[in-house]
Amino acid sequence: MAGINILVVEDSPTMRQLIVFALKRLKDVSVVEANDGVDGLKKLSAQKFDLLIADINMPIMDGLKLVSLVRQDQKYKDMPIIIVTTEGAEEDKKRGLTLGANAYLTKPVQTNQLISTVKDLLRIS
Amino acid sequence: MVKEIGEDFFYNLKKAVEHAKNLINENTKLKLEIKKLKEELEARKDEITQSSHSECYKKINDLEEKNSEFNKRISELEEENKNFATKYVELESENNNLANLYVASFQLHSTLNFKEVVQIIMEIVINLIGAEVFVLYLLDEKTNELTPIATEGIEIEKTNSIKLGKGVVGRSAKTGENYFSELIPIYDEFNEDAPIACIPLKIKEHTIGVIAIYKLLMQKEQFTELDYELFTLLAGHAATAIFSSKLYTESERKLSTIQGFIELLTK
Repeated sequence: MAGINILVVEDSPTMRQLIVFALKRLKDVSVVEANDGVDGLKKLSAQKFDLLIADINMPIMDGLKLVSLVRQDQKYKDMPIIIVTTEGAEEDKKRGLTLGANAYLTKPVQTNQLISTVKDLLRIS
Repeated sequence: MVKEIGEDFFYNLKKAVEHAKNLINENTKLKLEIKKLKEELEARKDEITQSSHSECYKKINDLEEKNSEFNKRISELEEENKNFATKYVELESENNNLANLYVASFQLHSTLNFKEVVQIIMEIVINLIGAEVFVLYLLDEKTNELTPIATEGIEIEKTNSIKLGKGVVGRSAKTGENYFSELIPIYDEFNEDAPIACIPLKIKEHTIGVIAIYKLLMQKEQFTELDYELFTLLAGHAATAIFSSKLYTESERKLSTIQGFIELLTK
């Protein structure tokens, strides 16, 4: 798979940098960053992405709203979505997965766990 | 005539008897020869079987030896493989830890804005350590009190200043030593004097503040090896980041005051 585009929607610059840092270890991956859900939607409409990583607790538009809106878009109905959040309750996880996320990771996230989830969802080695 | 026939008959009979005797002798000789040959063959057969058996045994022994050598080598390789796998996992984990430490350190020194530095410290404690309730105290050297300047999971109004040396937080600030409670108790309500961890922020031996953690995120059961490394990093780098951003903010303020004063004088 050549030229994988990943969008990272996260309000914390520290967390964003950590995720981007981890993703850069994968071959042929380019990462675009967004600060919140609205910024994320804007970037999703500007170019085609292969995977979305989103936080839940963000200003302006949270991650759950973003996931539900992305799933309504025909262009992104099959795009893998990973939620990375501090919300560790089982009901939050269920909600995220019901809304259309493919994986739900809780913080503090291990970067190798994130990488293996990305690889699984994109079916890359 | 009869006499002649009789003589012939006896002569022939005599010849026949002699011939028979010869045949019997030949037969006996042949039987002996056969017996001898059979015995010889029997003896050789044992010899042939014995030699082929011993050759086979030798070959089997050689093959078994080689087999055990191969098995030994395979177990050595398997062991080596296991060691490599363990090393790989360790390196992966070390790599992850270094990535976390690099990002934390990079972020801490990415700005000279005091508010942003505080925000970054909060982000590190939430996202990289996984704390749900914590307070960042800064030491006021005039009053010798630790003043809460940022909180997470508890409103800042519900926290109080702590005298240096008083309680768990105050003692940790005074001694400059990290504090970790032996057990992580069930969090009921905010109790200033019952943190599960205190990390004094120090520039060399000089404490400038403390991060006091009261509760971890529900998915985080205990501190990990990486957390202790992050605490060490925070203790030094967060302190210098806070200190330099404060100095920078103060110098900026002083500079604008001086500039205003100069403008007044030159007008």
